[in-house]
This record gives sequence, C-alpha cells and structure tokens, in this order.
Amino acid sequence: MPIKEDHTITADTFLDGIWKDNPVFIMLLGMCPVLAVTNSVINALAMGIATTFVLICSSILISLLRKLIPKEVRIATYIVIIATFVTITDYVIQAISLELYNALGAFIQLIVVNCMILGRAEAYASKNRPLKTVINGLGMGLGFTIALLCLGSVRELLGSGSLLGFSIFGAQFQPWVVMILPPGGFFVLGSWLLLFNWIREHNKNKTQQLEQKGTS
Amino acid sequence: MPTDSVSFIFLNAFLMNNFVLALFLGICPFLGVSGKLKTAWSMGLATTLVMLISSLSAYFINQLLVYFAIEFLRLICYIAVIASAVQLVEMSMKKFSPGLFRALGIFLPLITTNCAILGLALFQTFKEYNFIQSLAYSTGAGAGFILAIVLMAGLREKLELANLPNTSQGAAMSLMLAGILSLSFMGFAGLGN
Repeated sequence: MPIKEDHTITADTFLDGIWKDNPVFIMLLGMCPVLAVTNSVINALAMGIATTFVLICSSILISLLRKLIPKEVRIATYIVIIATFVTITDYVIQAISLELYNALGAFIQLIVVNCMILGRAEAYASKNRPLKTVINGLGMGLGFTIALLCLGSVRELLGSGSLLGFSIFGAQFQPWVVMILPPGGFFVLGSWLLLFNWIREHNKNKTQQLEQKGTS
Repeated sequence: MPTDSVSFIFLNAFLMNNFVLALFLGICPFLGVSGKLKTAWSMGLATTLVMLISSLSAYFINQLLVYFAIEFLRLICYIAVIASAVQLVEMSMKKFSPGLFRALGIFLPLITTNCAILGLALFQTFKEYNFIQSLAYSTGAGAGFILAIVLMAGLREKLELANLPNTSQGAAMSLMLAGILSLSFMGFAGLGN
C-alpha cells in the first residue's frame, strides 16, 4: 500500500523547525554537540553549519531513494548515507581551518550519531518529496544553529567576557570560568529551557484568561 | 602515575574525564532513561556491553584499515560495527531476559546513536591505544556511564517527591541537576597530578 503523500508546502514547513518543533529546545534532540561545542560563538556557528549541511544533503538523498530502500534495512542505509556526508564534512573542515577542526575535535565525526538527523530521516525524508524535505531540513538546521548560538553567546559572554573573540566587558571583568567548563553547558541550557517554559506558561494563562472573559 | 598505564586510563575514563559529565557524550540516554533506578542500571549495563564489544572490534578494524590505507572509511566501518553489536545485544537480551528487553523498549535500538559508543571508538583511535589499553579505556568509560546514569536516576527519583513550580518541571530541572553533578565531578580532575 503506497503511503499517501501530502505535497503542499506552506510557510510552516520551514518555520516548524525554528520555533514550534525546535530540535533542541522543544524536542531535546542532538544534545551532545549542543552542550559540548558551545563554549564559544565561533565553534557553535561552525557546528551548526556543519550539521545543517549534513542534514540537508542526507535528507535529499534519502528522499530521492525513499521508494528504493527496503523497509527492513532502512536504518542501516540511513546511517551509511549520513556517515558518508559526515566524512565529507570532516575532510572539508580540516582543509578550510585546522584550528577550527582541532577546537571541534571528535564532535564533527560524532554528527553521525546526532539523533536529530536520523530522526528527520526516519520521520520526514522517508515520507516526503525532495523539495519539501529540503525546506524542512533548512528550517530544522536553522533552528539547531540558532539554539547553538543562544548557548554559545551566553557561555562566551559570561565565561570569557567576549563575543566572537572581541572583548565586551573590558579588562576589569572577572570571567565566570565555570560557564565555559562542562557544568556551565548544563546550567545555561537548563536556564534557556526554564525561560521557554515560562513563556509558554505565560501565554497559556493569557489565553485562558481571555477565554474566561469571553464566556462570562 | 604514568599517563599510559592501564590503571590511569581506566580512572581517566571513569572519573576524571567521565564520558557523560565531562565530555558530554551519551546525553540522550542519560536524560531519557534516568527516570527509574532499575531501568537506569540495565541501560548502563547494556551500554557497557555494547561499548566493550564495539571498542574491541574497532581496534582490529582500525588495524585492517591502516594496513590497507583506507582510513577514510573509518567512520562508516565503526558505525556498522556498532549497529551490529547493538543488534547482537538486543537479540541475546530478548532470548535471555525478555522482561528487561521490554523495560528498555525503544531505548535499546537507540544505543546505536549513543555518541558515547562511537566517541569511545574514535578517541581510542586518536590516542593510539594498544589492545590492553583499549580494553581498560572501554571498561572505564562503561563504568563511568553506569555511575553517571545511576546517580542521576537516584536524584530524579528523589526529585519526584519535591514540590516544584510548573515552569521548572521536566527537562529543565534535570539539566540543572546534571550541571550540579558535573560540577562535583570536576573535583576529580585533579586526580591525575
């Protein structure tokens, strides 16, 4: 039985990944790179771009091959496709900037096991046409990059008092070293989640109050 | 202690550079399966088993890859080995303890995408460990993973009794807890000197 495919592309196809289904803040996928490489803005940006590239490329290929891949071996196939693109990215980054390559370390190769990419392949690319998949993948990748930047900027600002390497607070600033160390990653991500929870709670209360006003 | 001695490598992976709390590997199962102490234990054991199998296989595969000078296939080979190791553990668990198999559910196949396992294989390759050292490294990493996930599960079981405001329920609070745990593990960093 062929799966019924919905080909309509709306603004939501793109925007879902940025806010409503943000891979990091809402779905909590791909947490390892989010926490590990966000000790500076540059690292966060590079990681975001690399992940987006792998996500889009693998999505296109999987989407094109979606009718050829047997259902039983689909996960293995997806992983091999993803691993191929990650290997390409790994060598490209090594060629562009060795400094960046050393800063990101094994985490470029670990994009292979980023649950977000495999999750997208399984839930989206295997069911939709290439164009729609690309648009959705772009949104997801952008959402992921934004999340990385959210963490990276806070951690770099507090942890070394700079942004993109430029000093912000001046020389007399005492950096919170803990922010660029591992615990800082957990704390900053936790705080972002608290903030988003608070916004959602706030909005929910507001709509409830409006509804009550309307009925009374 | 010399840095290449077996005991140092074990302690390094176990405490000083704990895979979960210091290197951020395997965060997904760490947050996802740490709700109950018992499942956390079995998840830790299953992961450790896969770690041992895949790290030892990775050692021999790397020898082969280097021999034939095709290192660029390393990532693809490693992930294939890990996926098969997970399949193996899954099948034997289904046969020998169906209860545990059901308890772990979806998280068992997801061990494949646990970055701690691929990370372990990659790190031991970068550090050029020999066979015995790889064995110590993977045992240490596995023990460290169990330690972290069991500590976390214990904390979260206690947390369920606490009265939290709505805003801070769920993942946000778990991350704060993980941060405090990670902070305390930083104390072990001085062990090497």
